Amino acid sequence: METLTSAVTGKTYKTRYEKLIAEAQSTEMILNMGPQHPSTHGVLRLELITDGEIVKEVIPHMGYLHRCFEKHAENLTYQQTIPFADRMDYLASMTNAHTWVMGVEKMLGIEKEIPRRIEYIRVLVSELNRIGSHLIALGTYGIDVGAFTPFLWCFRDREHIMNMLEWASGSRMLYNYIWVGGLFYDLPVGFEERCREFVNYFKPKMGELNELLTDNQIFISRTANVGILPLDVAISYGCSGPMLRASGLKWDLRRVDGYSVYPELEFDVPIGKGEMGTTGDCWDRFKVRVDEIEQSLVIIEQCLDRLQSDLKRTPDFDPRAKLPKKIIPKAQEFYFRAESPRGELGYYFITDGKSEIPKRVKARAPSFHNLSVISEISRGILIADVVAIIGSIDIVLGELDR
Amino acid sequence: MSFEEIKDILIEKFGAEVIVREELHVNQPTLVILPEKIAEVCLELRNNEKTYFDYLDCLSGIDYGVEENMFGVAYHLTSIPYKHKLALKVVRYHDRSREELPSIPSVSSVWRTAEWHEREAFDLVGIHFENHPDLRRVLLPDDWEGYPLRKDYKAQEYYHGIKV
Repeated sequence: METLTSAVTGKTYKTRYEKLIAEAQSTEMILNMGPQHPSTHGVLRLELITDGEIVKEVIPHMGYLHRCFEKHAENLTYQQTIPFADRMDYLASMTNAHTWVMGVEKMLGIEKEIPRRIEYIRVLVSELNRIGSHLIALGTYGIDVGAFTPFLWCFRDREHIMNMLEWASGSRMLYNYIWVGGLFYDLPVGFEERCREFVNYFKPKMGELNELLTDNQIFISRTANVGILPLDVAISYGCSGPMLRASGLKWDLRRVDGYSVYPELEFDVPIGKGEMGTTGDCWDRFKVRVDEIEQSLVIIEQCLDRLQSDLKRTPDFDPRAKLPKKIIPKAQEFYFRAESPRGELGYYFITDGKSEIPKRVKARAPSFHNLSVISEISRGILIADVVAIIGSIDIVLGELDR
Repeated sequence: MSFEEIKDILIEKFGAEVIVREELHVNQPTLVILPEKIAEVCLELRNNEKTYFDYLDCLSGIDYGVEENMFGVAYHLTSIPYKHKLALKVVRYHDRSREELPSIPSVSSVWRTAEWHEREAFDLVGIHFENHPDLRRVLLPDDWEGYPLRKDYKAQEYYHGIKV
């Protein structure tokens, strides 16, 4: 790679990466891991500088799944971008679309006019999606550290969620269900009952998963005290979501910003307490996700209570009634953020007030910044623990590379 | 802490000229800061115990279009203990015909997360960040030509013999 030239002084200088590679000792080996390595959860490539089994430095390389979401968004209308937003974090499409839609509605100033039933349905499907996403994170993490059964159990239960969301939206993973100003369709008749059945079925399953994996001594030995992320480092690196909470900070945007109907709902924000080792280790990150699933179930039950009582479906209810004919927000610059299963998902919009197409869109993807901390917490550990750390970060490459 | 109070803190510390202008957008007022001063302003905002912006949400590189010949960077900050938010921006006029990139001081020494944000802005918008320790492309390959999020970007026809 070429050296960079400073635009100001005209001098050339070496980047940190070049220095690291150039200064590697003859006793050290540069080892390539990925992009086809199964434990990198997609197409992440890591360059490891190793001394025997000890990792000296981890250098992540990404972009293998880059589709330039931001360029697409600058050439499409707000409604047309929703399927693209779905495809960023393909494990939690509902949350991605919900964030996008809330941002656009806020720019239009119509966020207060959205019917309550629609907002509750949005939260319901987002939380179902959050459970599905966390189940993948937990199940694949089991595989990463050598436990195969939890993976099958998690996928078995996730299948129920997929089927329900397919029933509602017509698609299994990439829904395009939440629209600006409304929804694609109302929930199908009988959805609430089936969802409640699922919640009752699923609750004891979490206990089983805890017995099998969370409290398993082999699993604890593999994850406790590994990849400890201190809170100040987490904040400085912009970590968010379960990563930040596992380091012991109660920071959940659903509570902090109180968007949508979350202020009306009762739920706890689980944090890492270092029960099995040190606060902020891999086990804590795993445990925070397990606890979040339980909290999502609590939210879903409350949504179902409302959707079956005062916000009941009526024959004349039209989820597309409030769809704006033309979406032209006033000229402004606006950053909107919300809590996706992986952390703070943000969209930054620049609009000119004349066109239906935004001038600039930037997506702040939580996986991207959660991953950036990996070289900080992976110095001096064993290669096998790098795998445990990547799994505990729970990256989705579709979102990381955008 | 309100937007006005934060503005007063900055004016008291750096003088009135540090704030180029205010943009009072409907949902989010923005302070436009003198580009040369941005790193110091950010450090002060993080360290001042009244503001304590310890979390950088987002840093976005912006190309304002061919007619305006202006590039910008927007910073969205949050203070975790106080739960308040702030939007900052810097803009730099730059003639595209020049070979060197528009240059803005890096804030990666203030928040480590800015490092990857700035690499992304360099990669996609083509903004150079002074004193950045590791300014490489992050999403595109190292030998990619051009900056895709620029408004006048034309994709290269072939990349290593593959049609783009």
